[in-house]
This record gives sequence, C-alpha cells and structure tokens, in this order.
Amino acid sequence: MKLVLDGVRQRFPAAGRGGGSVEVLRGCSLATGDIRTLVLVGPSGGGKSTLLRILAGLDVPCGGAISFDGAALPRDARGRLAWRRRVGTVFQAYNLFPHLTALDNLLLPLVHVHRLSRREARERVREPLARFGLADHAHKRPGQLSGGQKQRIAILRALVVEPSILFLDEPTSALDPEMTAEVLEMIRELRDQGRQLVLVTHQMRFARKVADEIAFVADGVIEAHGPADAFFDQPATPRLARFLETVLA
Amino acid sequence: MTRVMQARRIAVHAAVVAAYAGLIWLAAARVDYAWNWEGVWEYREMFLKGWLATVVISLAALVGSGLIGVLGAVCLQSRSLVLEAVVRVYVELIRGTPLLVQLLIGFYLVATAIGLENRYVAGALILSLFSGAYMVEIFRGGLAAIPRGQHDAAAAIGLSPWQSFWLVVLPQAARIVLPPVAGQLASLIKDSSLLSVIAISEFTLAAQEVNSFTYSSLESYLPLAAGYLMLTLPLSWIAGLLERRFHFEA
Repeated sequence: MKLVLDGVRQRFPAAGRGGGSVEVLRGCSLATGDIRTLVLVGPSGGGKSTLLRILAGLDVPCGGAISFDGAALPRDARGRLAWRRRVGTVFQAYNLFPHLTALDNLLLPLVHVHRLSRREARERVREPLARFGLADHAHKRPGQLSGGQKQRIAILRALVVEPSILFLDEPTSALDPEMTAEVLEMIRELRDQGRQLVLVTHQMRFARKVADEIAFVADGVIEAHGPADAFFDQPATPRLARFLETVLA
Repeated sequence: MTRVMQARRIAVHAAVVAAYAGLIWLAAARVDYAWNWEGVWEYREMFLKGWLATVVISLAALVGSGLIGVLGAVCLQSRSLVLEAVVRVYVELIRGTPLLVQLLIGFYLVATAIGLENRYVAGALILSLFSGAYMVEIFRGGLAAIPRGQHDAAAAIGLSPWQSFWLVVLPQAARIVLPPVAGQLASLIKDSSLLSVIAISEFTLAAQEVNSFTYSSLESYLPLAAGYLMLTLPLSWIAGLLERRFHFEA
C-alpha cells in the first residue's frame, strides 16, 4: 500500500459544559513508499488511535485528504461502509460480541456482510481457528476466554473476511506479558504471510522488527517518519529522541 | 442446583404460601365472616368472561407497549430534535398523570373525537400508550448501557446501521431490560383493572358486579386476586427462565 496523508485534522467537543473543542489532530501529513507494514508510535494522547480510526473508516476527519494507493478515502457514510467491508480493524479492548460464542463472532461478518452460507462460513474459519490454537475455544463465549484468546479471536474476526488492510489499535495494551507475546507472534505471522498492516503499538522492539516504515505521532502531528532502522538509529527530532530513550530504557 | 436443593426450595415456598393463606383465613375468622361460596359460584361464567377479556386486552397492550418502547427509545437516540421532543413530552405527560385521568380523557374525548367507538380497542390503545411511556425509559436505559466499543466493532466488520442494531445492540439490550420489562408487564396486567371506569367488562368489573349481586365481597375479590396471580406469576417464571438462558458475562 501507498498511504498519503495531507493535513489531516480532527477536532472533538471538549469535555464538560461551555462548548469549545479540542484539536486532536492538527494537520497530519505523510507519504509512505509502497510498503506492507506501517507502524504508528508515540506518546499516549498524541493522536495515534484517532488517526487509525479515521484510516479504518470509523470516523470522518474535519479536514485534510487521505489516499490509499492513489484512491481517496471516502467521506460519505455509504462509501465508508464499503471501505470498512474491505478492511479489518482490531481494537485494544477486543470488542468481541459478548452474547455470541467465539465461533459466532467469526461467522457474523461472513454470513451477514459477505453473504456466505453458515456452512461455507464454518468451513472458512475452521483452518484459521486450528492454526492459531483456538479450535478448542470456538464454542465458548468471550467471557470465558483469556485476554490473549479474546484478542486472537478478535484478530481472526477481522481476518477471515480477507481484508486488503488490517488496522490494529494497540492490540496488546490490555494484556499481560505472556498474552502479549502470543498476540504479537500471531501478528508477526500475518506479516510474514504478506498481509498489509497498519499497527498502533507501544511495543517498540516489536515495531522495529515488523515495520517497513514507522511514523511518530505526537501532539497531533506526524513529527517524524521513515524506514524502521533509520527511525530508531537516527531520531529525526529531539522529542523523538527523548521518546525513544524513555520507552526503550 | 441439585435435585435436593430444588425440592427443599419448593417445600419452603409452599410452606410460606400456606402461611400467608392462613393469615387471611385468620383475619376472616376474627371478623366472624360468613362465607358464601355457593352464591358466588353461580356467577363463575361472568368471572371467566371477565378474566378472558383481561387476558386479551393485556396481551394486546403488551405488544403495543413493547413496540412503543423500542420505537420511542430509538427516537430518543436519533439526532432529530423534533423526534426527541415528541417522545420526551409524551413520556413525561404520561408518567406524570394518573392512568384513571388518561382513560377518561382518552376515551370520552380523544376516542370519541376520532370516531373510535369500540371501547375495547380504545382501552387497549390507551393502556399501550400508558405502559409504553415506561417501556421507553426502560429500553432507553438498555440501549445506553451498550458500550461504544460494541458499536465500533459492529461498524468495523461492515454491518449496516440497521444490522448493528438488530444483530449486536438489541440482543444485548434485551438481556439488560428483561427484568424491568417483566415487572412492567405485570404492572400492565394489574393496571388493566382500571379499564372498568370506561365500562369495559374485564375481570375487575366482573368481580365488582358479582359482589353487588351477592353481597359476598371476599368471595368475589379473593378469586379476583387469584386470577391476576395466574397471569403475573407465570410472567415472573418465564422472565427468570429467559434471564438464565440469556446469561453471559459482559
């Protein structure tokens, strides 16, 4: 994918009464090469997740332009729905549907969005469930799964529809180290299969391993951006240098 | 729950029911009440007819108020100021006035003005509107309790807004609202007794008439209580059953 951002802005109403608004993205610009994996890093509250939600078609930016491989990201509701049907999104809090079993979570998009029969859909998810060690848990509700299992099911839910790009918003931030490892392993496997990924994470070492390019999102702008090794070895700005020093310490 | 525990539970409940019945019997004994069940038994058909009328009207109002509740709650979530105001004012008006007043105004003024002469239909409609106002609040709370992440996930996998509501939001909201809805439906059945003021021959009116024919008030009103319990108790059981069936950890 080739992603181009030009002055992307996002504003939210300020909390509390009295109106006003907070500018979360203050003009993000970026042009990637033709890459498979883009990782967004940066301090909390800097705008990474806001940007990812826009890229995933969940929110509409207040201003600016975005294009994937030369095609503009749609802004209207219908166009964004079509876009969301072509891509996949994974959330920090998993957001599995608690009233459905793990298996039914996977079948829901296949049956109701992509119009497979239940039997075809079951066939489609069987192999991925087995490959990621989740076959024994398919008939459990999310409430009975561990955090790591939940997140792996959530990733599969986004994956079984064969999305052109997978967006992952801090997929391991709610997990303990052991579960983090199992989820990162899964993401790495997806990357090695050639999936296109856009990942927001605080796992710097992992970011360096999987990223083709990394962008540093801080204070509502993309302050630095480049190939992974250069990004870490020659920090482009003092703030990035300080950030890397803190998180890698 | 094991068999033994279940049996013990039932035994304790039965004993408690017997104790309450004993209290009523004691009270009657204390005032030297002269029972006259034979006189009332002659009017059993009247009781049955009244009870059936109550069942039919309650069922109709049950469906009606459920629909009003869901629709109203959806309107409150919509971004239309007009829809929101229409529902808000309706809910506050209905909840702030007695059903008795609503029945009198609804039947003698509104129903007459629009040429609705069938008092059973009018009664069921007014009862639906009355109970619907409470249902709106119950469903609004249920919808509001669904976390934003669920809406996000539904949108992210490509569900349309309608599909999100139907497949993701409603099933989860239904579990949340089940206990208060069951309570509201029980209230609705009991509130239908007020329909007697617009001369609908339902269960309560039947009992009142039997009482005026026989002068046997307890023998008229105890079956009345039993008849309502026959409707409201199964409702509690079914609600409990559904609640266990739909149980999942959020």
